[in-house]
Amino acid sequence: MRHLLGIEGWRRDELEALLDRARVHLPGGPDVTHTLRGKVVANLFFEDSTRTRTSFHMAARGLGAGVLNWSPSGSSTSKGETLLDTARNIEATGPVAIVMRHKSSGAPHLVAKHVRCAVINAGDGTHEHPSQALLDAFTLRQRWGSLEGRTVLIVGDILHSRVARSNLWCLKELGARVVFCGPPTLLPTGLESLGAEVTSNLDAVLAQADAVMCLRLQLERQTEAFLPSTKEYSRLFGLTAAREERMKPEALVMHPGPINRGLELAPSVADGPRSVILEQVSNGVAVRRAILEVCTS
Amino acid sequence: MSGTVLFRRGRVIDPRNGVDGVRDVLVKDGKVAEVSEAPLPVPAGAEVVEAAGRWVLPGFIDLHVHLREPGEEGKETVLTGCRAAVAGGFTAVVAMPNTKVVNDSGLVTELVLSRARAANLCHVYPAGAITKGLKGEELAETGELISAGCVAITDDGRPVMSAALMRRALQYATLFGVPVMVHEEDLTLSAGGAMHEGPTATRLGLRGIPASAEVAMVARDLVLLEETKGRLHIAHVSCEGSVRLIREAKRRGLNVTAEATPHHVILDDRAVGDYDTHAKMAPPLRADRDVEALREALADGTVDAIATDHAPHGVLDKQVEFEKGINGIVGLETALGLTLELVHAGVLTEQRAVALLTHGPAQAFGLPGGHLAPGAPGDVTVVDPIEEWTVDAHRFYSRSRNTPFHGRRQKGRVVQTWVSGRKVYADGQVKESR
Repeated sequence: MRHLLGIEGWRRDELEALLDRARVHLPGGPDVTHTLRGKVVANLFFEDSTRTRTSFHMAARGLGAGVLNWSPSGSSTSKGETLLDTARNIEATGPVAIVMRHKSSGAPHLVAKHVRCAVINAGDGTHEHPSQALLDAFTLRQRWGSLEGRTVLIVGDILHSRVARSNLWCLKELGARVVFCGPPTLLPTGLESLGAEVTSNLDAVLAQADAVMCLRLQLERQTEAFLPSTKEYSRLFGLTAAREERMKPEALVMHPGPINRGLELAPSVADGPRSVILEQVSNGVAVRRAILEVCTS
Repeated sequence: MSGTVLFRRGRVIDPRNGVDGVRDVLVKDGKVAEVSEAPLPVPAGAEVVEAAGRWVLPGFIDLHVHLREPGEEGKETVLTGCRAAVAGGFTAVVAMPNTKVVNDSGLVTELVLSRARAANLCHVYPAGAITKGLKGEELAETGELISAGCVAITDDGRPVMSAALMRRALQYATLFGVPVMVHEEDLTLSAGGAMHEGPTATRLGLRGIPASAEVAMVARDLVLLEETKGRLHIAHVSCEGSVRLIREAKRRGLNVTAEATPHHVILDDRAVGDYDTHAKMAPPLRADRDVEALREALADGTVDAIATDHAPHGVLDKQVEFEKGINGIVGLETALGLTLELVHAGVLTEQRAVALLTHGPAQAFGLPGGHLAPGAPGDVTVVDPIEEWTVDAHRFYSRSRNTPFHGRRQKGRVVQTWVSGRKVYADGQVKESR
């Protein structure tokens, strides 16, 4: 049994073994492999999610497991139950793994210290979103074979992005160079010391990228005045059709979704030939099956 | 009973009076009667403390303690807090006013003092609120607080965000000559923050509290201090920038004093590790360069006192998501060991370490004690400087156990505590006479 609380701390060979395992689960493979038959996977989503939750659900079902779906509305959380009590109660039903999403960074770490089953982080606050980074890496490996020596440019609100943090650890461990780009107000301090390159000049680095990952601009953050306007953001940091033309010919475009079309990413680019956005989604189930297998074995 | 006590042949370190050497100390009628290089005869009926190989020190004074009573007696009471104090070698503590019934009136001050008299262990000096209800809107009745027994005013736990109100507080407090003690935190800069802004916060995905949240307020209040000719005490200094400003202000003769906590000089923000809420406090644990600057400030006198900011909380307050975790740790029973770590690390001399726990705080707030000249209070702390021990939070006298230092090895331990000539702690036991 192993927790997946973040990508930080996972070694290259461990990541590669997991990504190799995910290949078995691609469409065309066996519909249901029965590694988790008779077992239960608990989905604890304290925060809204469509694709991650559905993807983990399908992954667990695909492995033959039953799925306990838990959400805070109508649950005891709305009656003031603590996170730990909720987690312990879910654990008492006997799942092999708890897949959890929570708005607080570190919430899965707290749960992992107090339960005996595997805890899989499906996104915690602004900390990590490891399954997203793994499916991103899986998608890039499908295209490139290896990430060694490639440059991945991650553009947007790095400060609040758990996708950015998980991808930093994952891509770097797999041999890629990671460049973060965003407005200075949305770049957290000390990124360089974590091994990233950092810039606020998108046009200066765009042509270096083998893949550009646009992050969703979290519009709910707008109230905190990190940016003067979404229009200005789009002009300075949006991947427009004009910018797309300056990318390397073979360079890919990625997005973890959901997209603000026309804001961080032009529709023509999102739907264009460089885009691997839908591959990311369809690879998600295979990668999450591998995660469930690795964490519960 | 406070009889006659003779501390024999201990090493007396009394920085205020320039004493460091083997002395006999005679305490009589609750006060120091004599300090002698030559052995003193044992007076009839006197209790003798054989202190050879030990340090005989002025009782420690903690300017910053949360006793939680009235209102949060599940975390601490005046009695349990006093037990923790004497077990940690403290003979006097200043009780913060941010209890659940705020100490912003003489009535609450008197309640705390009557609980302290009933506990009958160490001196308790209440601090009153600067503003009514700690709301930062209007001044509490400072005069009433002082005549009831408060020794300082503070809204600790919160800053006074209004510069105009802070200016008036400094002006008004000059009427009584008491220090205005400030918790420096610009709430617009710290909003949403859970720890120090830096690589660790970035790695953990936690909103950072920049150093400027503290430093900007220190700068503001030093400007106000100069204008008002008041008296300012800066609580739990945590940043290099604050140290620089305070050093400069002192050099120019402003009436400012400052304290630092043991945890801010022992730990940096990396102690948060993987979301350890026992490393969550306000101000947050800072970067290593801030720790370095604080250590220098303790050594060179920029910071006057080590104060624990003893902040008891229940297990459930800490066993939650990091962002929800409540700020603060208990400190009374770990203060000496952590301070001595700085001595062992060569940061502080033994004399300076003792001064930071005794004369420094006494002078900052104008409190009795903190030294051992004849006529001084018979408050004495006896330390075994070489005993090694392990911090065990389960054995704290405090009602709370929230500490990041559980399991830490320490060298040097409090073996006896005497208050007004009465033994209140010895052999690991608090001696109560209620």
